[in-house]
Amino acid sequence: MRAMRALWPTCLIATILPLTVSFAGDVAEPKESYFDWQVDNYAINEPLGGLTGVAARGREIAGDQLRGNCVACHQLPIPEQPFHGNLGPPLAGVASRQTVGMLRLHVVDQTRFNPETVMPGYYRRAAQLNRVARELEGRTFLTAQEIEDVVAYLATLK
Amino acid sequence: MKTPSAPAFLFSALLLVAELPVEAQQPVSGYDYLTPEMQAMQDDPFGNPGMMAVEGGAELFAAPAANGKSCASCHGADGEKLDVQRIARYPVYSAELKQPVTLRGQIIACRNSRLGGPPLEYASETALLLETFVRHLAQGATVNVDVSGALAPYYAAGEKLFRTRYGQVDVACHQCHDYHAGQQFRGQVLTQGQSNGFPVYRFTAGQMVGLQERFTECLSKLRAEPFAPGSEEYIALEVFMNARSNGLKIETPAIRY
Ligand code: HEC
Ligand code: HEC
Repeated sequence: MRAMRALWPTCLIATILPLTVSFAGDVAEPKESYFDWQVDNYAINEPLGGLTGVAARGREIAGDQLRGNCVACHQLPIPEQPFHGNLGPPLAGVASRQTVGMLRLHVVDQTRFNPETVMPGYYRRAAQLNRVARELEGRTFLTAQEIEDVVAYLATLK
Repeated sequence: MKTPSAPAFLFSALLLVAELPVEAQQPVSGYDYLTPEMQAMQDDPFGNPGMMAVEGGAELFAAPAANGKSCASCHGADGEKLDVQRIARYPVYSAELKQPVTLRGQIIACRNSRLGGPPLEYASETALLLETFVRHLAQGATVNVDVSGALAPYYAAGEKLFRTRYGQVDVACHQCHDYHAGQQFRGQVLTQGQSNGFPVYRFTAGQMVGLQERFTECLSKLRAEPFAPGSEEYIALEVFMNARSNGLKIETPAIRY
């Protein structure tokens, strides 16, 4: 049995979504104000808060277990991250199928496309969230800047 | 890295469109999603690490408490006077307490009222070990919670909790466990989240975990504020989850990742 245990790669421990461990770091940062957004024909065309995204940072967030963790559910061209999931569709080429505004809405609030979606709400209206962990109250899963970074990265997936 | 299988994705898409009622889904044990090696380990009473908790629970079961009595004084040295079919029906409704009682709740009530000593906490290791020992007695019995009578409103409340979105992540239990079982979530295979193996030995954590502790773990992953062990909400959720596992065999102690 002990031998068998050793066979199990430690990466299996990889949890899917951020765990409590990440809370401490988050709490130290000041709360940012929530930038409201408008949906126009299945798209959010204006960048959140007028911010500019950086694709390289977005790529990092998409692979980071404690932040976007998009690879938990989607196949992405991020080969250095092991174990891409298949709960969601592969995202290679997604930017040739959809506008940047649509991509932004997917990341902000996927329930606009599928009310029963399993995809996390990365920037749903904070006031509507239910039972957010006390340490994280008033915050969204990703910050507006992180959303814009991820959107900038998705826009490169042509 | 696993390639996503197109059929699996199409299938889940179909489920989403067709909105198959949950009742129509056959319950599948988490066991069926384990690798053959892990299944073999669970099946081997000498190799199953959860058996250590069963043994620990057996010792506590027989240990004399403050008033000199033990669980074994009433239920037999090895618990042989306990009815395994009844264990498989928990949670049951208590007319006296006017609420459902989980198996762990029943163990705690017995211990506090009949054995004396300091009251046992719901989330204590002693309660977890005793529950593991008692539920192991019913290993192989079929989960059989009757929610047609007094438990009906608690079942409905539990189902509502299962279908509520929580936390920053803003996803509900059923979104993962009703629609996506069998799909790959990073390094893990998602299961239906059935409760028939509980308390389970968590391989990655190297420890026993009770059902309500698992609720807390999933809620923390959703970055939500968990409910308290033994709370009304968790009891209702346990009623729903156990009834959702009706028909599956009790596996305690199951092994899960
Ligand atoms: C828990 C699973 C999960 C996670 C994590 C997740 N997604 Fe998704 N995503 C889905 C699913 C499932 C769909 C398919 C549509 C649906 O059911 O909502 C989807 C759809 C999408 C789409 C639309 C794709 C298309 O072809 O229409 C985009 C874009 C997307 N996700 C981006 C992301 C990004 C970026 C992240 C991380 C910041 C992410 N997703 C994290 C599950 C997830
Ligand atoms: C984002 C996805 C997700 C959500 C939402 C979620 N879980 Fe889970 N859950 C998992 C994963 C991953 C596991 C570990 C693999 C497995 O057993 O499915 C798990 C395991 C479980 C198990 C253990 C099953 C076993 O056989 O050991 C139970 C019970 C469970 N979850 C209940 C719940 C409840 C109740 C909720 C809501 C409060 C919930 N889950 C929400 C992903 C999720």
